[in-house]
Amino acid sequence: MSFETVIGLEVHVELKTNSKIFCSCSTEFGAPPNTHTCPVCLGHPGVLPVLNKRAVEFAMKASMALNCDIAEMTKFDRKNYFYPDNPKAYQISQFDRPIGENGWLEIEVNGEKKKIGITRLHLEEDAGKLTHDEEEGHTLVDYNRVGTPLVEIVSEPDIRTPEEAYAYLEKLKAIMQYTEVSDCKMEEGSLRCDANISLRPKGQKEFGTKTELKNLNSFTNVLKGLEYEEVRQAEELSNGGEILQETRRWNEPSKKTVLMRVKEGSDDYRYFPEPDLVNLYIQEDWKEKVRQEIPELPDARQKRYINKFDLPAYDAGVLTQQKAMSDFFEEGLSQGGPAKPLSNWLMGEVNAYLKDKNKEITDIPMTPEALVNMIKLIEKGTISSKIAKKVFKELIENGGDPEKIVKDKGLVQISDEGEIRKMVNETLDSNPQSIEDYQNGKDKAIGFLVGQVMKASRGKANPQMVNQLLVEEIKQR
Amino acid sequence: MGLFDHKLRDIHELLHNKELTVTELVEESYKRIEEVDEKVGAFLRLNKEAALKQAAELDDQLAKGQIQSKEVLFGLPVGIKDNISTKGLKTTCGSQLLDNFDPLYDATVVEKLASANTVTIGKLNMDEFAMGSSNENSSYKQVKNPWDLSRVPGGSSGGSAATVAAGEVPFSLGSDTGGSIRQPAAFCGVVGLKPTYGRVSRYGLVAFASSLDQIGPITRSVEDNAYVLQQIAGYDNRDSTSADKDVPDYLAALDGDIKGMKIAVPKEYLGEGVNEDVKNQVKQALQHLEDLGATWDEVSLPHSKYALATYYLLASSEASANLARFDGIRYGVRKEQTNLIDTYKQTRTDGFGDEVKRRIMLGTFALSSGYYDAYYKKAQKVRTLIKQDFEDIFLNYDVVIGPTTPTTAFKLGENLDDPLTMYANDILTIPVNLAGVPAISIPCGLADGLPVGLQIIGKHFDEESVYRVAHAFEQATDYHKQKPEL
Repeated sequence: MSFETVIGLEVHVELKTNSKIFCSCSTEFGAPPNTHTCPVCLGHPGVLPVLNKRAVEFAMKASMALNCDIAEMTKFDRKNYFYPDNPKAYQISQFDRPIGENGWLEIEVNGEKKKIGITRLHLEEDAGKLTHDEEEGHTLVDYNRVGTPLVEIVSEPDIRTPEEAYAYLEKLKAIMQYTEVSDCKMEEGSLRCDANISLRPKGQKEFGTKTELKNLNSFTNVLKGLEYEEVRQAEELSNGGEILQETRRWNEPSKKTVLMRVKEGSDDYRYFPEPDLVNLYIQEDWKEKVRQEIPELPDARQKRYINKFDLPAYDAGVLTQQKAMSDFFEEGLSQGGPAKPLSNWLMGEVNAYLKDKNKEITDIPMTPEALVNMIKLIEKGTISSKIAKKVFKELIENGGDPEKIVKDKGLVQISDEGEIRKMVNETLDSNPQSIEDYQNGKDKAIGFLVGQVMKASRGKANPQMVNQLLVEEIKQR
Repeated sequence: MGLFDHKLRDIHELLHNKELTVTELVEESYKRIEEVDEKVGAFLRLNKEAALKQAAELDDQLAKGQIQSKEVLFGLPVGIKDNISTKGLKTTCGSQLLDNFDPLYDATVVEKLASANTVTIGKLNMDEFAMGSSNENSSYKQVKNPWDLSRVPGGSSGGSAATVAAGEVPFSLGSDTGGSIRQPAAFCGVVGLKPTYGRVSRYGLVAFASSLDQIGPITRSVEDNAYVLQQIAGYDNRDSTSADKDVPDYLAALDGDIKGMKIAVPKEYLGEGVNEDVKNQVKQALQHLEDLGATWDEVSLPHSKYALATYYLLASSEASANLARFDGIRYGVRKEQTNLIDTYKQTRTDGFGDEVKRRIMLGTFALSSGYYDAYYKKAQKVRTLIKQDFEDIFLNYDVVIGPTTPTTAFKLGENLDDPLTMYANDILTIPVNLAGVPAISIPCGLADGLPVGLQIIGKHFDEESVYRVAHAFEQATDYHKQKPEL
């Protein structure tokens, strides 16, 4: 039997407001445990929450960027559960009146574009962070994170493959970063993802029973977890088995999903309206003001790069996938950089370096201006593309000014005809066989000879001139 | 006549004229407590050392310069209900679970009183987490009614009412969720106001039912009450449910003129279940008000018969969430077990009393999936109807008047085994909380030697009319001058 996979994602994104959602404590990441706390976020007796306006605006911005309808009236609810990460024993969340609903985002997989629906986006407070100390046999709680504003973004079950899920997450992250509502750093927990996956026989309308995957701490693990689960469920169903509604955990070492717990019905969180907060009415003018703050989003940028700079769609897509990369490109353009070579360098050498070193573009000392200046040196013929790679290595590792690097290291290209002709003749003198080969129609031989000249010049000779002069000199022999 | 039988303004005059010092006032309060509180049981905890130190500082200020005539509360002793957060002064809510709880901050009302230089004498006994109508649910000790020590003072602000009636302090703060200020004020023959929901900040009031709770003053006279409300009322940016509305001059409303005012008397408030003596006192009070130029008509609040059921669903639902944080982990008395869940369970099993557990269970049930629509949601709808009842009447009337309670103070232990009869005690006060309107209870005479409370209910944010009628009545009668013998 062949199956169709149905995937829905629930993504939590921490909003990067300066202060927490219901008190004025800082949301800074990495402070010593329990230093960013006060009676309000610690849930001490008698305290009351006061809603952070900026958090609401960030949630509105995120909703708008995801094409959601913004609620005219939104409200908060209490989600009740006992757990040490939750000092009030209820989380203030939104139940039936989320800020945003009915949105979508567009993904592209293997050249095919597809809209993925977004059911809702709601605002809530984050919980504290638990650290389980197995050796000591106790659990430590850090309440710095409690009360950090969070949006939960729930997708429609529109995703059909793990690759689409991956693309959805990439796009979602890009949109959150472009709107500057979140850093989306999975390693700091500012973006977290749970995935629901089920299979159904091809052609069937009803959904199959789904499992929920947790502990997916990177996009790659989301992909791997879903791929594993897809196969596991297909095997189970093909063997006449049954999928249980269960929560499964991605186990990184074994590359498997393992059972956490079987769900019996749905958890009863006893939601009810938060009586300590009042209903929030979002007026048209406020909405408009927030809408003004939304910058150009990745899809629009991609389109602009294609239309204005004639970049291939794929390149424009890669460049705009991360805001930081795209911003680097934009800054390079504003420094007078030529779009195509700049794009090529970013897509090629820069990305390769970042991937190799596991770094972000914001982590490197090379400025957009320096990269542009280097490209200009190539175009002017001051350095060869080959030499440029040396300059680039220096720039991306240590930063600095390319002209100064070229000067200091004596990397200026030799374009003096006499000097090159001398090296050409020296090379020809010591390679008679290659001359003969060339004259016998073996064009390849010229490549070997160019290489020899370049070697002799320590890479500094202008390769076009070497080529041209070699041909000229052979003809005269 | 005891020092605290004087009006606040008269005590202020004595301080102003240097006939009295703050230290003498504070010492007088502690002396009286020493004399009678063993019998009354109003205080859970005294703040003596800090209070006397503060009194000495205030006396220094007094010696250096005069207090302004508007600073009526300067140097006056006050008792604070034990569910109002006081920094550095334990706040237990009458519960063993919080026996060791020392708050990190002052409630907004405590800050506001501090800025008026009042002196906190101590924390007042109450039903555990403000759940109860007799103070028998205090996990510490029983408060007794100063008029008859074999009777309850009412609850949950029983300590707050009894201490004022016993002359231990000139005024106190209580909290009222379903009658917890007015019912004990009625039973103890003092003046207690539940302000409009949102008039006084709840920041620092340990929540029982967040959509109903309100802090208010308990005093000897209506004028005193107005002085205290004036000080504690107003918008607080730490409480999103507090109203961003100007606070009027409540004292200006006390001109005694109620000519032409229209009073509504709900027939449900003088119907079955209300004691004949209580009815008679209220009818007499209406006669007095008529003599002063007001008119009254019988009206109906048709949904008030559902108020009790509505209240116990909504208040308990909110309480079940509000009290969930008391797990003994971060503060409070922890009953350590071998694992987390057992620690939660043992802490809450030992820490909460029966009534608190009963309401947590009721609320948890009402919010559970499958029951939510039938209970919580339905109750919210009925609450809207109850509120509408009041709004309809206030289209044509200035105030609503009836008794505060169906009976006078009952005997200790009398209703202890019968929660439903106990709950019925609040049948006349609960609709007011559900509607969010303000109401006062003032003394309107005695029945069999026990005080009867007259309840005057006003429109949203119209404490002025409530005070106006209450003050006019008080001026025309001597009921507020009747004092218990202790």
